[in-house]
Amino acid sequence: MAFNYENYLRLEKMPTLWCWGCGDGVILKAFVRAIDSLGINKDDVCVVSGIGCSGRFSSYVDFNTVHTTHGRTIAFATGIKLANPTKHVICVAGDGDALAIGGNHTIHGCRRNIDITFIIINNFIYGLTNSQTSPTTPQGMWTVSQQAGNIDPTFNVANLAIAAGASFVARETVNDPKKLEKTMVKALEHKGFALLEVLSNCHINLGRKNKMNSAIENLSWIDSITVSKKKYETLAPEEQMNLFPTGILKQDTEAAEYCDMYAEVIKVHQGKRKTITQDDFKKKI
Amino acid sequence: MATREVISNGNELSALAARDAGCKFFGGYPITPSSEIMHEMSDLMPEVGGACIQMEDEIAGVAAAIGAGMSGVRTMTATSGPGISLKAENLGLAQMTEVPLVVVNVMRGGPSTGLPTRVSQGDVAQAKNPSHGDYKSITLCAGSLAECYTETVRAFNLADRFMQPVFVLLDETIGHMHGKAVLPTQEDVAAGIVPRKVFEGPADQYFPYGCEHDQPAVLNPMFQGYRYHFTGLHHDGRGFPTEEIETCRKLIQRLEDKVELHKDEIELNEELFLDDAEVLIVAYGSVSLAAKEAIRHLRAEGIKAGLFRPITLWPSPQDRMRELAARIPKVLCVELNIGQYRDEVQRATGRLDINGLFKVNGRPISPYEIVNKVKEL
Repeated sequence: MAFNYENYLRLEKMPTLWCWGCGDGVILKAFVRAIDSLGINKDDVCVVSGIGCSGRFSSYVDFNTVHTTHGRTIAFATGIKLANPTKHVICVAGDGDALAIGGNHTIHGCRRNIDITFIIINNFIYGLTNSQTSPTTPQGMWTVSQQAGNIDPTFNVANLAIAAGASFVARETVNDPKKLEKTMVKALEHKGFALLEVLSNCHINLGRKNKMNSAIENLSWIDSITVSKKKYETLAPEEQMNLFPTGILKQDTEAAEYCDMYAEVIKVHQGKRKTITQDDFKKKI
Repeated sequence: MATREVISNGNELSALAARDAGCKFFGGYPITPSSEIMHEMSDLMPEVGGACIQMEDEIAGVAAAIGAGMSGVRTMTATSGPGISLKAENLGLAQMTEVPLVVVNVMRGGPSTGLPTRVSQGDVAQAKNPSHGDYKSITLCAGSLAECYTETVRAFNLADRFMQPVFVLLDETIGHMHGKAVLPTQEDVAAGIVPRKVFEGPADQYFPYGCEHDQPAVLNPMFQGYRYHFTGLHHDGRGFPTEEIETCRKLIQRLEDKVELHKDEIELNEELFLDDAEVLIVAYGSVSLAAKEAIRHLRAEGIKAGLFRPITLWPSPQDRMRELAARIPKVLCVELNIGQYRDEVQRATGRLDINGLFKVNGRPISPYEIVNKVKEL
């Protein structure tokens, strides 16, 4: 039976504002299918987005939805989650939103390991505002703010999240919607901070000036820079350099989740347990 | 009404008031001279099953607090001037999305890092317009230890009534002043809580922003079956982005009118010896304590001075100030800034001969400085 998207999308808001062939729609569909397959009640879901093309994501899905300021999704979501620890809070942001203006909140969300699913749509460019350099724009590409060619080094999103302490880190692309959906289910199921980077196309504002004039060419480029984690691990370092591994890159189910830890703080203040000390933690420094 | 006596300081009383007013969430970041509020909240919030979180920066502190407010709980942040500067954009989002929030600003010397440990009232103008765009600030200012408590309680009720951030301005002197305060009982405060309105009809008939021209949004708590949308973009009655001309105009006009047309519910002043006054002293916050002492000395010397103390700074009590300035010959504004509120007194009264006694070196104004200034007038 065909999947009933109508149950999850705000159809009166369609068509979306996204350009034809944009990967955001693939991610939108994978997301609602993942929610559906987990059987989560729509009322128990809050989707928080920021500014940029991805910012419109929240307005299209029929959940409790919040379109916040530029870069601050994780900060708003932290308040929502901590005040409602039993609910599902999901953030959606682009590479500029999550890693430039919102970079600080991203790393601290990872560090706290609060139970938020963070979908970062990485299209390597500021799309909505017409092709400015983002923290993931490859060096040497043309951007409207660096017309001689981008000289700025890039972040590796997944490595950054792992280093910052996220307990679940994964990367997928819009080229394989089924795999994307499967990994999204895993990210949503994970208790703790789950960061899923989705490589997506922006043939309009990245592609046209960088020899990828169509969605297909942009998607082919994404294909050429990605490889499964399994294969990636067999490669020599010089071969790995220009490739992104896809799949689940880190999954730590033991790491304490922030709301759970805060429940212990509440117990201390309500006289139900002794003060929290270093002995409560395996990692001492 | 029954009362209770406590020994405390202004910052701690503000935190105590938040708890008693039903606050369940605090998001903040350390900053002198307001940090004691967060310290207290880190004790008080878990005690009542709420949460207090120290975020990674000022921006995140207010964002977390607004997020909790969007989900439906009473929420607060506290900071000082530099923190307000950083929080400004998100405060604008709270104005635009009509999320109730209490923001305590314990004022220190500015601009920039200024005088972190010393007193100032330099954020009065900032409180009126911290963020870009049009909206109407509600700003209360405590002039005693007891008011650090009562004005914080009032701020929570006003925030839920008008569905927007409400500022409570303390200054460093009031925030760190230690002494006895006579407070209303916790039971009376609890009985006086007026929670935000909620819509109880069917979800398909729910228009959170589809209210009368002078009324605030009706925002139901999240996760209860009313799946609506918050956005900082101009939005329609259901909360979704729109650029429709009339809808955009009505939205911003309503943000103004919901406060402007009901400011009698917000105005609060203290008046002292104004019946026969020949000199009108306008002062607020800790400066009003010095002004009261000065007026006692002046009266003893036969100089008929009186005090007008706005407790609600914004919207300003312009009608009352105009009445007073029409009959009292001399007016003196005493402030720890260079006339930020004198500008408002001039605007409200239409008088350009409003005198000023201003100090911006981080030190308080003494009663004798006020006495001497009045004698010079």
